[in-house]
Amino acid sequence: MNDILLKALYTLISLFVITNYGLLLGGTMARVRAKVQGRIGQPVWQPYIDIIKNNFKRTGIYHGVMFYLGPVFRLAGGLGTYLFIPAVYGSVVFANFSFSGDLLLVMYFIFFGQLGMALGAGQSGHPYSPLGVGRGLAQMAAFEVPFSLSIIAIAAQYQTLSITELVAAQQGGIMNWIAFTNPLAMIAAMISFLGMSMGNPFSVVIAPQEIPIGPPTEMQSSFLGMLQTNRAIFNGAKLVLFMNLYFGGAASIWVMVIKTFLIYLYTVIVGASFPRFRVDQSIRFFLGIPTLIGIAAVVLQML
Amino acid sequence: MSDSNKQIDEIASQMKMANDGLSEQDKAYFCDTRPHAVEPYKGILEKFANWARSQSLWILGFGTGCGAIELRPLMTSRYDMYRYGIQPRPTPRQACVFVIGGYASVKTAKRIVRSYEQMQGPKFVLGLGSCTVNGGMYWDSYNTINRLDHYIPVDVYITGCMPRPEALLAGFNTLKGMIREGKAEGMNKYIENFDWYKANQKKIIKDWNMPDYNW
Amino acid sequence: MNIIEDKFSVWQKRFSLSGFENKSSELAFVQVPADQTVAFITTVRDLDGYKHLVFFTAVDLLEDGVFRLTYMLHNYTTKHDLGIQTDISRDSASMESIHHLWPHGATYQRELKEMFGIDFPGSPGVNESFVLEGWFAMPPMRRDFDTKEYSEATFFPRPGRKTFDTQEYMKEQLYPSEAETW
Repeated sequence: MNDILLKALYTLISLFVITNYGLLLGGTMARVRAKVQGRIGQPVWQPYIDIIKNNFKRTGIYHGVMFYLGPVFRLAGGLGTYLFIPAVYGSVVFANFSFSGDLLLVMYFIFFGQLGMALGAGQSGHPYSPLGVGRGLAQMAAFEVPFSLSIIAIAAQYQTLSITELVAAQQGGIMNWIAFTNPLAMIAAMISFLGMSMGNPFSVVIAPQEIPIGPPTEMQSSFLGMLQTNRAIFNGAKLVLFMNLYFGGAASIWVMVIKTFLIYLYTVIVGASFPRFRVDQSIRFFLGIPTLIGIAAVVLQML
Repeated sequence: MSDSNKQIDEIASQMKMANDGLSEQDKAYFCDTRPHAVEPYKGILEKFANWARSQSLWILGFGTGCGAIELRPLMTSRYDMYRYGIQPRPTPRQACVFVIGGYASVKTAKRIVRSYEQMQGPKFVLGLGSCTVNGGMYWDSYNTINRLDHYIPVDVYITGCMPRPEALLAGFNTLKGMIREGKAEGMNKYIENFDWYKANQKKIIKDWNMPDYNW
Repeated sequence: MNIIEDKFSVWQKRFSLSGFENKSSELAFVQVPADQTVAFITTVRDLDGYKHLVFFTAVDLLEDGVFRLTYMLHNYTTKHDLGIQTDISRDSASMESIHHLWPHGATYQRELKEMFGIDFPGSPGVNESFVLEGWFAMPPMRRDFDTKEYSEATFFPRPGRKTFDTQEYMKEQLYPSEAETW
């Protein structure tokens, strides 16, 4: 019984840390982007205020049960993604619920939130919402291909689907990182990560200038607050996942912070440098060279 | 002259509405219940909420007139409104500040009313430019409203034709002060005087092809 | 310049044109009676290469009791603009439609119906509102429509409005020291 309570406590701590880290990271990166554009930018803590404000809205409208469940599914997707990834290697508190084979579950959860969101957005009745969801899912299916190929390659390389074992295999020096033992898999996955983080070249789904803001068009008040919270968690989870898979994991929370910050900075730099793809262009892009790199990584493992 | 009047009556009777009333099927998409005023919280909780509201002002990205041109320099590096926690939002559902950019024709006024009602409260309105105050240079136009505050409640007016982005920032800061003091209760004012506002709106918006309560 | 005058003499044999005004090498105006206008437009469009309808508008000549319609056509080969003017009576204002010559003529006619009350029987959608969305008073571009009166009756004018003479006001407010010398 005590074990369960202790695990619950650890989970809450872990969630608390990743939520705050995700929010601060979002605020920091908004500021980085502002500097690129020659602005001062919003305060680092702006995401907190936005979430507080949205939750303090006095009115909110709903369009039915699925509309309620959409953000819940999204949050479940974010939490599920994070909770099956060991955030810090060797730490009891941040081990979360990792088990052998969790990599497949995590890949499923990355998709899950978007599917739930599709149902909620569909019931909102706003034509832009399903349009945004359609674009999002199309793009997601496209970047999932190089990512899956990359996962297959490293799973074949290390004969495991457990993230913890993958991290363990990468310990003992920078040259043990999958980024160096299997660079093709890393490159394919890092390109698909650009799509996953919906940074600029692939931001057509949620960009305010396109079909207004995509799936969450009708989401307001605390629905939006929930989505923003999830965004922080989901971002953190994805960063931690990529750090674990390709960049040797983290032995302490500070190493995690530095590595994930750099991985996120990479997407921001790419985003600040490139204009936006249309959805058909981004699908063609993902199914082109990144997929070929992913296939090459798999083929090299089979040889 | 009487000939001409008869002809005008004839023309008026021929004119068709762009969308004559809503079909029964479409009515289901709209809410028919009358809005209710929401009492603010008491004490420190409301103070905290008001502080958060004042620090995170999301503008509805709907340029209703020529004054919307002043919002572009406000977003970009020279004036950079993001510093003050102000950012644009493309959908009325998520926005909380409505900047009426200058003159509002009757056609735009209809969209303004709809967008305003779709925003979730508490919501604030900035009237930008002389046209929102008294009609400005379009004060005697047949198609431009004179006083914005007869159609939706206005929290802050920014005078000028056009006001500079600095003036707009000053207006935002005034609005922030009002929100923190709990004076920006435009939404409750709108709901309490709902019939008056609706009568005024219906006086000018002749083809009222939308429900009265369309949030 | 001579080409258009030559053309005018050709046109004059077939139509009873009431006036011709050669503004420049690029612009000329022809006055045509209302009942011959569409036939004339068809002729210059099909035979003389004025294939483009630049705009179609009306002017309210209240004193003469007429609306003056102006069809501005453009010839792409000679780069020449031809304005075809025709007067129709203000009472029972009605005109033949040109939507069969240019589809976008229907939009101009819809606008003229709404703004001046000029009817174009047979023009598609001519009775639909163009910009005003449900206008039930006198068409607002007619000059006997008092826009100030209408505005004051409809739009809740804010009391306390003052009007200054711009020149005097600028002298006093902006250049007080120079105001005497002006």
